[in-house]
Amino acid sequence: MDFSLSEETLEFRQTIRDIVKRTVTTDVIDRMHTSGTFASPELNAELGRHGFFERAVPGLGKGDPIELWVLFNELEKAGAPYDGPAVALMIAGVVNALGTDEQKARIMPSIISGEAMVAMGYSEADYGSDVASIKTRAVKDGDEWVINGSKMWTTMAQAAKWLILLTRTDLDLPKHKGLTMFLLPMDTPGITVEPVHTLGTEVTNATYFDDVRVGDEAVLGGVNNGWRTMTTVLAFERGVMGGSNAAVPLLRHFHDWAASMGLLNSDVVRERLARSVIDMQVAALLTQRSAWIAASGGMPGLEGSMTKVFAAEAYQRISKWCQQMAGPAGLLQFHEEGAAGEGFVEYDARHSPVVTIYGGTTEINRNNIAERHLGLPKSR
Amino acid sequence: MSVDLGLSADQEAIADLFGGFFANESPTTVARAAEPFGFDAELWAKVIELGAPGMGTAVEHGGGGASLSDLVVVAEAFGKAIAPIPLLEHLAAALVLTDADVVSGETIATLAVRPADANGVWRLVPSGAVASVVVGIDGSELVAVRSAAPMVAPRNHASAPLADRSAREGERVVLGAAGDFAPVLDRWKVLTAAALVGVADAAMALGVRYVMEREQFGVPVGSFQAVQHGLADLPVMIDGGRLLTHKAAWAIDSGDAGINDWQLNDITDGSTLASMAYVFTTDGAALATDRSLHYHGGYGFSEEYDIQLYYRRARGWSLVLDDPSVECLNLADRLFGAREA
Repeated sequence: MDFSLSEETLEFRQTIRDIVKRTVTTDVIDRMHTSGTFASPELNAELGRHGFFERAVPGLGKGDPIELWVLFNELEKAGAPYDGPAVALMIAGVVNALGTDEQKARIMPSIISGEAMVAMGYSEADYGSDVASIKTRAVKDGDEWVINGSKMWTTMAQAAKWLILLTRTDLDLPKHKGLTMFLLPMDTPGITVEPVHTLGTEVTNATYFDDVRVGDEAVLGGVNNGWRTMTTVLAFERGVMGGSNAAVPLLRHFHDWAASMGLLNSDVVRERLARSVIDMQVAALLTQRSAWIAASGGMPGLEGSMTKVFAAEAYQRISKWCQQMAGPAGLLQFHEEGAAGEGFVEYDARHSPVVTIYGGTTEINRNNIAERHLGLPKSR
Repeated sequence: MSVDLGLSADQEAIADLFGGFFANESPTTVARAAEPFGFDAELWAKVIELGAPGMGTAVEHGGGGASLSDLVVVAEAFGKAIAPIPLLEHLAAALVLTDADVVSGETIATLAVRPADANGVWRLVPSGAVASVVVGIDGSELVAVRSAAPMVAPRNHASAPLADRSAREGERVVLGAAGDFAPVLDRWKVLTAAALVGVADAAMALGVRYVMEREQFGVPVGSFQAVQHGLADLPVMIDGGRLLTHKAAWAIDSGDAGINDWQLNDITDGSTLASMAYVFTTDGAALATDRSLHYHGGYGFSEEYDIQLYYRRARGWSLVLDDPSVECLNLADRLFGAREA
């Protein structure tokens, strides 16, 4: 095995580090935590201006596909707001893979410039893990589709230009077969967005569709073919694009605070920090493997499930350890005097519960591994 | 030079060769028959035929010139088969021994993974009961001591041929300073990590096979989600351990100094990665054997089923070094610097 990055990729990485240093200031991080919108227009514009999004879109082939991993791994390790661009690039990858030429021409430039965010509309209030049972309807009316229903957890809808939307188009077909994915502008009449505030400060949304009318140009990946589009999205989502090194910035914050408090002489602290570094290294390697599979023309769906289970639980374990090791200082929030790790210790303890839930719960991912890797019978 | 996380064509061939060899020549009946001492001289003679003992020795010394990355592939196959031969220790010790009888494997060598005590005794040396040459630290020196293999071991958890060996009695050669032992020990940690990946992988396969055969309530117990989820944790520990072990071997083979930037999770230092791989695969092998044994129900606890053989080796093969927590503390010194006085 070869773990070395090419000279080109190393340069790419260094430029990202420079851009992050320049644009992701304390103010930007602060704004992310007070506004609840995890995207920075300055950072995105700068990355777009360098052509980095274009290089990193999965499958577009403008750069070494491993760069997709490098880009989001660097943003995540820096603690930069990356959820927005991650979702946008993931959708750009899907448009690139399944979209028509017209869709590519209309949608891609806005994403690869770093200007447009995308909101994801899959889950509904009553359908989360069982997402193939969703009820939001799209009905053909002449040349148009009329969409009615509602979506839950439509993160970034408050700031997005595009919405990717999973709908039911055929009630007679089995649940996985009667689905169609749409990609439509967020400002299409009939869409209402209501914020849902979360434990981890990021604002997500409930989005309502009231006789929303779009043409066939909004169908992504074919009518009644929505489930295939969905699995393409999930293969990118689970692991390749961030979500595996969330504890790296936390460890820096905790370490520096612990050093200042004289806690680094403790065996317990030292052992836990060492184990945390091991877990983050393993999580990075597993993600790198997914990226390498994608780079070699494969679809790392199963590997993504494995990476997600491991990385999510490692982050939860580490954030729990850091908060415990900090004692009462681990309870103090951003800007409070004496807060451990400048408040990040408390923040990560609040943020980490979501990672075993979004993008497929650990239970759904374990089902995947049991069935597809171990060959055990379907259990539900 | 760019990321490639597959085995090379040569390594695929090595995996096939040794996978096939151990499957044919060392089914678990061989490991059972060798208990409790833990050595099968016939099997060792067969690996000599394959040229395995000198595989990692430079070609100019009559060896095979294989990289550590190649040996990792061998060690994983060895671990899967829990083969009762001192292959890992011999391959590690051979890094600093070029004697023809060691390269060929006619004379077995091992390493004392912990320094000799004040009386010049190396305690519980892995493969110490069957080796005629022991390499290790005695005071400030790295020495190789030739003396008769005791061929007797205290009864132990892993049925491993452990023995106390003298660092002073016998034909004693000073190889260098104590610090020169580090690359030998790193190599052993990487090979042990690879073997533990093999142990975990074989244990998982036993568990999966058993839960598909065993029926309760009229269905295979492997159809229950509680059982499935316990087993689903194992592939990632195995794959993660394998990747980390290969990264350590890659870093050591490169010969570059490497870096230890944990703050950006950029770690390419071979010794650090060897230590990390050893700790992680110790946990992985323990988890895989725990879970697999448990899902065997009462049969997992019986001697008749093979999972107990793996359960004991998962612990024995790593504990010969020390409590993995101690290794974590050593790792912490490397990563974060020594403690403040």
